[in-house]
Amino acid sequence: MAEKLTQEQVSQLEKYAQSIRYSIVQMVTEAQSGHPGGSLSAADILTTLYFAEMNVNPNDPQAAARDRFVLSKGHAAPVLYATLAEKGFFPKEELLTLRRIDSRLQGHPSMKNLPGIDMSTGSLGQGLSAAAGLALAARLDNNASRVYTVLGDGELEEGMVWEAAMFAAHYKLDNLTAFVDFNGLQIDGPISEVLSPLPIPEKWAAFNWHVIKIDGHDIQAIYDAIQTAKTIKGKPTMIVAQTIKGKGVCQMENIADWHGKAPSREQCELFLSQLNELETQ
Amino acid sequence: MGLATREAYGEILKELGEKYENIVVLDADLSKSTKTAVFAKAFPQRFFNVGIAEQNLMGVGAGLAAGGKIPFVSTFAMFAAGRAFEQIRNSICYPKLNVKIAATHAGLTVGEDGASHQAIEDISLMRSIPNMTVIVPADAEETRKAITFAAEYDGPVYIRLGRMAVPDLFTADYTFEHGKAVQLADGKDVTIIATGIMVGAAKEAAKQLQDAGISARVVNIHTIKPIDKEAIIKAAADTGAIVTCEEHSIIGGLGSAVAEVLVENSPVPMERVGVCDTFGESGIPSALLKKYHLTAEDIAAAAKKVISRKK
Ligand SMILES: Cc1ncc(C[n+]2csc(CCOP(=O)(O)OP(=O)(O)O)c2C)c(N)n1
Ligand SMILES: [Mg+2]
Repeated sequence: MAEKLTQEQVSQLEKYAQSIRYSIVQMVTEAQSGHPGGSLSAADILTTLYFAEMNVNPNDPQAAARDRFVLSKGHAAPVLYATLAEKGFFPKEELLTLRRIDSRLQGHPSMKNLPGIDMSTGSLGQGLSAAAGLALAARLDNNASRVYTVLGDGELEEGMVWEAAMFAAHYKLDNLTAFVDFNGLQIDGPISEVLSPLPIPEKWAAFNWHVIKIDGHDIQAIYDAIQTAKTIKGKPTMIVAQTIKGKGVCQMENIADWHGKAPSREQCELFLSQLNELETQ
Repeated sequence: MGLATREAYGEILKELGEKYENIVVLDADLSKSTKTAVFAKAFPQRFFNVGIAEQNLMGVGAGLAAGGKIPFVSTFAMFAAGRAFEQIRNSICYPKLNVKIAATHAGLTVGEDGASHQAIEDISLMRSIPNMTVIVPADAEETRKAITFAAEYDGPVYIRLGRMAVPDLFTADYTFEHGKAVQLADGKDVTIIATGIMVGAAKEAAKQLQDAGISARVVNIHTIKPIDKEAIIKAAADTGAIVTCEEHSIIGGLGSAVAEVLVENSPVPMERVGVCDTFGESGIPSALLKKYHLTAEDIAAAAKKVISRKK
């Protein structure tokens, strides 16, 4: 079992996550369009992946040996862009061009537009298949790189997800680690009311995946789960991360309406000051 | 500005729900955006959310129709015509089942969501399937009439709707005739044939051309399939030049459908205004229409070009 993170490392990662949340609120407000709720719920997962685990280099974004990341829930592009900017893939100021004409920051991630994007996504249900393909390619090349992906819990309603689930388990893609951002909400309401994909962990276990359940806002738990996944042989791992949609901005938390709505400028100031307070606590 | 065609869809669907007990509505986690939520509120027992599962949406629609219901199924055009193409072909159109696919957020004017959500191939895909009827309303009133037609017609229908508010072109006394083109202005030098949100731009272009001394006929083709061959052949005979305009790829859509009629009947010079074999991108709708050359100015320029090609 790998080392635990030190308390110092955890608080440094929490600072990154807060800064990423700050950027998310800023950029969605500036664009007056986009998806804040599901971006905020995945911030701790992306922070831990990019700042504590993944082998990626902003100065060599195409390096063959790099780990790969697929944001299957592509509408959460703001969290990916904010993370990549925080990591130094491009200047943070560019975040404010989100969703504008001629911007590299498309409404949904486009791998032809921006360095650091390993797969174009936006149509739900397709990312896990691509992640499985990347994992298979790495295996064929004897490349030790690992592949990570994040799915939405509503996204699990897409049949293609389960086709990919079968595929990844059948071909024993143990270099593939997936997360479900289990925030309980989709656009039309709670997942349990719209079209229940529950129970989630049991389904993945039945599809022959190694399953780990964690609190998706606990950086240490996210880190530990990733380390465990690396030790599992012959199976892909699904980390079911219990999260809060809109996490960090209390007015947005657990409100389905904040799925795809931009804050007004006044709301934005209030939300940003909240995030500042959290950071200085 | 009038209503977006999706808004008009939501309103009329509720009215039709009162009239026809057999109407059942399905959506795939986009009911607030597609406006089927209006029907869902009025008739909760006849509304079913299938979740984010567009292929299942079409399959369940097919089964409901086979069971005697009149299903209206809605999601974004990308995920209806795109994701579920083969289910539409094999489960709905092959058995000619009575499913109405009302697909919203079509075209570039989805806007900021970008290329992954901008369906610019759906007319092409849908019109290539036998038994399918394809309708693209231009404004709120035409939408109300088209949806009413769809509810009363027996067979599969694809109706393409938009996200953005569009100007009202028609009043309440407008009659929608299935498969019949609507002439909005007469002219002798060129005919501009438009569909959907481009009809407004076509009218505007005709005004600009008039100022330049060019007389343009403007024709609205709301039913792309079956297409009004007579109106196209007559336009070719009367004006000798055609411009088509659509918020869709120039491959396979209205332009292709009109060209097919022309080459087999009365070839005349023709220009297509549409998306030129490229993906869209994020941006506000007006900026996108400009960048991808879908404005009244672009139509007027195409008209001048096509007139110069006349022998
Ligand atoms: C194939 C497809 N269908 C529909 C949509 C529209 N859509 C975007 S986000 C979303 C809800 C996603 O819910 P969930 O997966 O739970 O994401 P999260 O809560 O993490 O934001 C839907 C239906 C889409 N992007 N792709
Ligand atoms: Mg969710």
